[in-house]
Amino acid sequence: MQLTLWTYEGPPHVGAMRIAAAMEGLHYVLHAPQGDTYADLLFTMIERRNSRPPVTYTTFQARDLGGDTAELFKTSLRDAYERFQPEAMLVGASCTAELIQDDPGGLAATSGLPIPIIAVELPAYQKKENWGAAETLYQLIRRFAVKLERAPGSPPRCNILGPTALGFRHRDDIKEVRALLARIGVAVNVMAPLGARPSDLARLGDADFNVVLYPEIAGQAAAWMQRNLGQPQTRCVPIGVGATRDFIAEVAGLAGLDASALLAEETSRLPWYSRSVDSTYLTGKRVFIFGDATHAVAAARVASEELGFQVVGLGTYSREQARDVREAAKAHGLEALISDDYLEVEAAIAAAQPELVLGTQMERHVAKRLGVPCAVISAPVHVQDFPARNSPQMGFEGANVLFDTWVHPLMMGLEEHLIGMFREDFEFHPEAAPSHLGHAATAIPERVPEPAPAELSSVPSLVVELPAQMVWSADGEKELKKIPFFVRGKAKRNTERFAEMNGIRTITVETLYDAKAHFSR
Amino acid sequence: MSVTLDRAVEAGCDSRPILRERGQREVFCGLTGIVWMHRKIQDAFFLVVGSRTCAHLLQSAAGVMIFAEPRFATAILDERDLAGLADAQEELDRNVTRLLERRPDIKLLFLVGSCPSEVIKLDLNRAAQRLDRRFNGVRVLNYSGSGIETTFTQGEDACLAALVPELAQSDEAQLLVVGALADVVEDQFMRLFGAMGIERLAFLPARRAGGMPVVGQGTRFLLAQPFLAETGRLLEARGAQHLPAPFPLGAEGTTLWLRAAAEAFGVTPERFRSATAAGEARAQQALAAPRAKLTGRSVFFFPDSQLEVPMARFLTRECGMQAIEIGTPYLHRQHLAAEMPLLPPEALISEGQDVEKQLDRCHAARPDLVVCGLGLANPLEAQGITTKWSIELVFTPVQGYDQAADLASLFARPFARRDVLRVPLAERPIRASGQSPSAIGR
Repeated sequence: MQLTLWTYEGPPHVGAMRIAAAMEGLHYVLHAPQGDTYADLLFTMIERRNSRPPVTYTTFQARDLGGDTAELFKTSLRDAYERFQPEAMLVGASCTAELIQDDPGGLAATSGLPIPIIAVELPAYQKKENWGAAETLYQLIRRFAVKLERAPGSPPRCNILGPTALGFRHRDDIKEVRALLARIGVAVNVMAPLGARPSDLARLGDADFNVVLYPEIAGQAAAWMQRNLGQPQTRCVPIGVGATRDFIAEVAGLAGLDASALLAEETSRLPWYSRSVDSTYLTGKRVFIFGDATHAVAAARVASEELGFQVVGLGTYSREQARDVREAAKAHGLEALISDDYLEVEAAIAAAQPELVLGTQMERHVAKRLGVPCAVISAPVHVQDFPARNSPQMGFEGANVLFDTWVHPLMMGLEEHLIGMFREDFEFHPEAAPSHLGHAATAIPERVPEPAPAELSSVPSLVVELPAQMVWSADGEKELKKIPFFVRGKAKRNTERFAEMNGIRTITVETLYDAKAHFSR
Repeated sequence: MSVTLDRAVEAGCDSRPILRERGQREVFCGLTGIVWMHRKIQDAFFLVVGSRTCAHLLQSAAGVMIFAEPRFATAILDERDLAGLADAQEELDRNVTRLLERRPDIKLLFLVGSCPSEVIKLDLNRAAQRLDRRFNGVRVLNYSGSGIETTFTQGEDACLAALVPELAQSDEAQLLVVGALADVVEDQFMRLFGAMGIERLAFLPARRAGGMPVVGQGTRFLLAQPFLAETGRLLEARGAQHLPAPFPLGAEGTTLWLRAAAEAFGVTPERFRSATAAGEARAQQALAAPRAKLTGRSVFFFPDSQLEVPMARFLTRECGMQAIEIGTPYLHRQHLAAEMPLLPPEALISEGQDVEKQLDRCHAARPDLVVCGLGLANPLEAQGITTKWSIELVFTPVQGYDQAADLASLFARPFARRDVLRVPLAERPIRASGQSPSAIGR
């Protein structure tokens, strides 16, 4: 039993839904109690999908448990087939249906329906959403894909694997990746699951290699295809300028093409923006990174190599990919945080004292509470992660998007210096917001209402609280006010922490500067 | 899926046929009630004992993390709990201890049962009694919000029903208003009853665990919500007397609801009029604007909160709308006895759901407005059908005179929006099973 305030991933059947909803001509019949239909709104509201996800739920109730829930499943299966006329169906059970052991796979096998039915067993009490998506895609591909011989000398082509419904920027990433592949000179055979039909999966073998965009989802299927269809796969995920260049080289290598001309002419704005003097202030900014493994590892590379940040924390909730994250963390001299416990992540962020958090929607809340800027880099998805504009994470345009979304929450470079210089000026009073964020600076990045004051005060603060016996002397307080407001909070926290560590009761000017020396990097 | 058109005469004066359906029900489970109950009872914490699905539901239904640290959480069962490798009761104790250490402000803890905890027959009642003894100053109760037993607002019923046996006994005469209302609405009702001279007035639930009302022979209660079947039954078992009335939605509904109490407490008609006339007039005046948008338009309700019957009564009688179908997850004959005769005879009332068949009926009827859940709203909008998502009707203060126009405006806003927008409807072809292939990956 695990105490959970917020969960990074849904149950595994939601992962299966993401595969089914991504595909065409596939319908998912889910044995599930009344109430599990809430999952539909993830697709219709968060993704603003214009149709219901192709899922039929049995929605059994207590009165059905005494009767024949297996019969209910069979009826639902038949009704769904007749109504939706899919090419193939997925069948499975949600957490509660798993307990009543009706065996949807077995029932479907004897249904006599004239289409392929794939049973996905997703252990709801052990596994989570990404695993469920990966397992479902793997089972589908195993069922439909066959080894095909490619004619010698035919132009190179690949499959794109991984994009799903409700994926973090998948919609925009695939546009970038398709454009990149076209420029390298590689044709796309099938993209799956997004937009593919079961019959398309049967053509997967007719490609030279697989481009794996999201290893959390497509890794297992790609490994099987490598073993059974003889298709190698890409390992590099093209997030950031360096990784995109590596990806181009890797794809060209697999396709037997020369990409040096493309690499020579390829430009992103990120390198120049990062080298321009305004970005000097980005140097060494302490950044804490948390997300799914793919996005977290990629973000760490971009943060350190392409923006000049200092990575002070790196972690993931994807236990399945923990090894990759541990390795990446080691490269930054860190111990990776592998956890799906929101409270543990919150504590780690507070302890690391970052100046920027790159995380999920959950870390956005933590960062807000700690007064630290934050940009979202990974699922779990929120309605804001489906912007109206094109906003990829991958490819060169994706790198431009990363630059903007990570840098804009910070104070602009020149502005930061000016505020420091003119801090006593009336326009630069402590409550003045960064001008580029407009009047409602706090309302723009964070539209969610503040917790009620009672709630806030009742939460054990992660910020070190001032022990009752500790006081600021008048001169100490006066000096503190001279510190620019955007670092004042941090200076205050650090000084109080220093005072506590050293048993200092009265914080004077001297304590303030002793603390500054102690914490200076 | 069997459908029976039951033409049997129902008890009472209303004898309309009811369409009863059993099929896929596109509804929330009772756990969702936690989203508003934890706001209402300000020192209560709701600990769901369930699966990752339960946690995910609460997170999604709560609009993705409204509060940085909410007063609800899920103790997620894992394999070890199911296989009996871990003693579920010990695990619960450990989690509750961790929770209460973190939140010393909590005075009332609900252990909330879920589908999986019900199916494995985890005894939360025993756990609640044990934990209640262990933690001084924290009352620990339990109820089930599982989808196999409850639909959406029935979670509130189950929660309040768990409170009823806890209420202190007193046979003093009092009026009890039952059902979670927004604080602002409670305050308005308090003033109205005060003006009638009904001074002994209490609300269930109270805003704080320590302030729950007393109950006994002298208690007469008004239901503020139509979904409180079990709570009403238990209050009657404690000697309280139910005052049948329509529900306080709209000016008319509010007056009839208030009058039921006034009559029971011997308030003279003159005093009742002087207490309510101003509010009623204000409500009617404010209703004029939204009514102009709604008059003559048709409405179709998908089942959601059990509020559908009083909502439809309000829209048809006070806003000039025509009701085509009034779908409700459960029709409580007795509690709706005063509402049913006020519904237009031509409206089809359906109980339960087979969502595919209901969608077919909806498409055939082409209503001007569909009231439905969030899973259906955008797909219907994409087909050019104007919708009002029903969850907002549960989360918004809508009861009483001064909210009557707000309630009408909730239904009028989709029309107003449609009138102002000068953008085309979705250009992409709409398919039953997904997005258009041409729209993907290009």
